[in-house]
Amino acid sequence: MNARVLPLLGFGLLVVLLGFGIWWSSTHDLREVPSPLIDKPAPTFTLPELDDPSKMLGSRDLAGQPYLLNVFASWCFACRDEHPILMREGKRLGIRLVGFNYKDEPGDAKRWLAQYGNPYDVVIADLPGKVAIDFGVTGAPESFLVDGKGIIRFKYISPITPEVIERELLPRIAAMKEAAR
Amino acid sequence: MTAALDIARQADATSAARPSRRHRSWLAHVLLALCLTIATLAVAAVDPLPFADHAQEVRFQNLAKQLRCLVCQNESLQDSSAPLAADLRREVFMQMQAGKSDEQIKAWLTERYSDFVLYDPPLRTGTSLLWFGPALIVIIGGAIVFATVRKRSLAHRADHPPPPAEDDW
Repeated sequence: MNARVLPLLGFGLLVVLLGFGIWWSSTHDLREVPSPLIDKPAPTFTLPELDDPSKMLGSRDLAGQPYLLNVFASWCFACRDEHPILMREGKRLGIRLVGFNYKDEPGDAKRWLAQYGNPYDVVIADLPGKVAIDFGVTGAPESFLVDGKGIIRFKYISPITPEVIERELLPRIAAMKEAAR
Repeated sequence: MTAALDIARQADATSAARPSRRHRSWLAHVLLALCLTIATLAVAAVDPLPFADHAQEVRFQNLAKQLRCLVCQNESLQDSSAPLAADLRREVFMQMQAGKSDEQIKAWLTERYSDFVLYDPPLRTGTSLLWFGPALIVIIGGAIVFATVRKRSLAHRADHPPPPAEDDW
């Protein structure tokens, strides 16, 4: 009896493990690099604005108010999915939306924004991608929620969806505003 | 490649007066052109960096092999042709030039990209299962095998009692 049940039990255990693996990989992105920057100060930087490269914008200018830093590029396909959501629902966030144009030709980026619309309050350009490394950017789109004290509170890899705004961003923004009061 | 061959042919034409050397020179040029082509292919995937000396290049390659490309995660920083990998290679190179140690450079990278960037993860509470998991499985498996074998041998002995000790004559 025992000799027959044991292999079956072992097989059952393997099936459960397989099921868990499938469930885990469907709810988690296994390629996602965890950010060690969460709850740490955002890196200090100064970058030229996309529209007028003679104007520089830095972390010091952004300090004092929470903002969402959205990494995008004209070469990034997934950004095209994300863009209409930011256009439609970006204002709902109630904080500054900072576009971080990542390793992009300024001409391409400007054309892209002219074609699809510009949801950002300001767009900064990181053509060499050096500041992006300080932020631990691995690609686009990626978004960083930074609070009024300049602390990164949340990072989201892959396109922002209405659900992400509802479930992840809005509660955190509300908590940040509550804490600042 | 073709340009190199053309030059080789021109060189042949000038040395046409000496037929004995002609063939050898042609072959040498083709070989040279071939070597140059292979050499350019080899460095095409990885951007050339101005190393101070060979030792530094070896050190750089050794370090880049231990680091994971964040874009194509099955590739090392050395092998990857992703733009981010090129940026990170340049950054690692610059820090090396600035006199940073390998450990300092690794720490700089993990500050930004977490332990994920290291192919050899350090021993921490979060990675203890990764480090001791295999040994744990071997111990558990060994215990099960030991218990099974023991039980079977006991059962076997119960079924076949040892023959009674032979009486003395």
